Amino acid sequence: MKPFTYERPRTAADAVAAVLRKPGGRFIAGGTNLLDLMKLQVETPGHLVDVQDLGFNKIEPTPDGGLRIGALVTNTVLAADPRIKRDYGVLSRAIVAGASGQLRNKATTAGNLLQRTRCPYFYDTNQPCNKRQPGSGCGAIGGASRGLGLMGVSTSCIATHPSDMAVAMRLLDAKVETIDDVGTVRSIPIADFHQLPGTTPHIETILRPGELITGVELPRPLGGRHVYHKVRDRASYAFALVSVAAVLQRDGSGRVAVGGVAPKPWRVEAAEPLLRRSSESFANSLLSGAAPTEDNHFKLALVERTLAGILHEVRA
Amino acid sequence: MNGSGKWRVSRRGVLAGGSASAAMATMLDAQPSHPRRQADIPVYDVSFTVNGEPRTLSLDPRTTLLDTLREHLQLTGTKKGCDHGQCGACTVLVDGFRINSCLSLAVMHEGDRVTTIEGVGSPDHLHAMQRAFVQHDGFQCGYCTPGQICSAVAVLKEIEAGVPSHVTEDLTATCVPSRAEMRERMSGNICRCGAYANISDAMAEVAGVNV
Repeated sequence: MKPFTYERPRTAADAVAAVLRKPGGRFIAGGTNLLDLMKLQVETPGHLVDVQDLGFNKIEPTPDGGLRIGALVTNTVLAADPRIKRDYGVLSRAIVAGASGQLRNKATTAGNLLQRTRCPYFYDTNQPCNKRQPGSGCGAIGGASRGLGLMGVSTSCIATHPSDMAVAMRLLDAKVETIDDVGTVRSIPIADFHQLPGTTPHIETILRPGELITGVELPRPLGGRHVYHKVRDRASYAFALVSVAAVLQRDGSGRVAVGGVAPKPWRVEAAEPLLRRSSESFANSLLSGAAPTEDNHFKLALVERTLAGILHEVRA
Repeated sequence: MNGSGKWRVSRRGVLAGGSASAAMATMLDAQPSHPRRQADIPVYDVSFTVNGEPRTLSLDPRTTLLDTLREHLQLTGTKKGCDHGQCGACTVLVDGFRINSCLSLAVMHEGDRVTTIEGVGSPDHLHAMQRAFVQHDGFQCGYCTPGQICSAVAVLKEIEAGVPSHVTEDLTATCVPSRAEMRERMSGNICRCGAYANISDAMAEVAGVNV
């Protein structure tokens, strides 16, 4: 790791000021992704601001019948919360489909949203990567791209966002709450939170410098059947080739979001009425405009077949 | 070490010089006790308990909890495998939760309660999980074993606490230990000898599941 300085403020205002005060300032919460990348010198922050004392570790009801999840609530605590298990089962299921028990005990709600891609070319500092080093090129395009993206990708970057949790959050229309250096509070729909790469793949979210996530708000429960199916190379502890999150209602309506295919959780609301017709017509609409590589073309069929399996199971 | 003329040496030259280094040993002993510490890097004080004992250290902030345990506290039961959170050899308990100590900075553990394999049990008073690993031959080379045991102890507590897993069928029903539950929850601990079947037997015995 490159040398850095460290501090552990007590308030959000102090934390935001601290991260902006020194060059290369970064927030650190669970640290499971950031430290991994720092060891590889993919990330080289000059100053770490430890946010664990800021008090964002509660899950509380909101006035409109939803839940507000503190930014620092760990993945384990969130997945195990009785209200989440009962009313937002797809979120609980998505979280426990990701990472390992040890990682979920450290990983936080905000950190999970902000984790970076596991594209091997991003991790290997000997390879070109427009995300790691803007303008250096993309090793993945024309390289080994079996696990990488085909929706929302660009000629600069085909990395996927690796989070399972975020796919469920997108399905549930969560809102990301933030605070900045002048105390402005924002509530960002999760659909707008992650940015597509375009020509600037190093910019991954809508967050401004110093802006701190304080929590994530879930709207009131949707009811229905909650399902999260993850298809991967191992039975456990592997990133998704494809994952499908679904909430399906008795009347045949529903919502579907997909992971493992794009730089953000992939959901197209306009396609969802087609769920009543068939998995095929829905998938065709969801995945229209796909730009697969030879290596990851199989994901198109895999999304449709995974969804077909879910619909069969739920409607049986 | 300000030599002159042809006898002028540097510390690096001595270290690279093979046989010459033995002759210089006494001079090297005069070096600071933290030879790899660079003068311009700040150190931070941190206090936490390890296996019930209060510890206070001054550390380069880059020091992971794993390296602190092994290199500063000489608690070498906790092992370094991949050093990237993928193998689980470094698993320890912090405030009762299992974590990868390789992916955690020691300075972030102010006030925490750390338990390593040395604190889970001792040769004279083995933890039930340690005894079960011995009885069921839950290891071959033994390198992953401290992490496996710390993880296994925590897994049974997680099931008791109602933390669901990927194989839990009904999220709202009471979590019960089963072979499938324990195997899934142990996926963050890799055993390259492949002792999984016996690890599963050991855990099943402690959990009271029919072996």
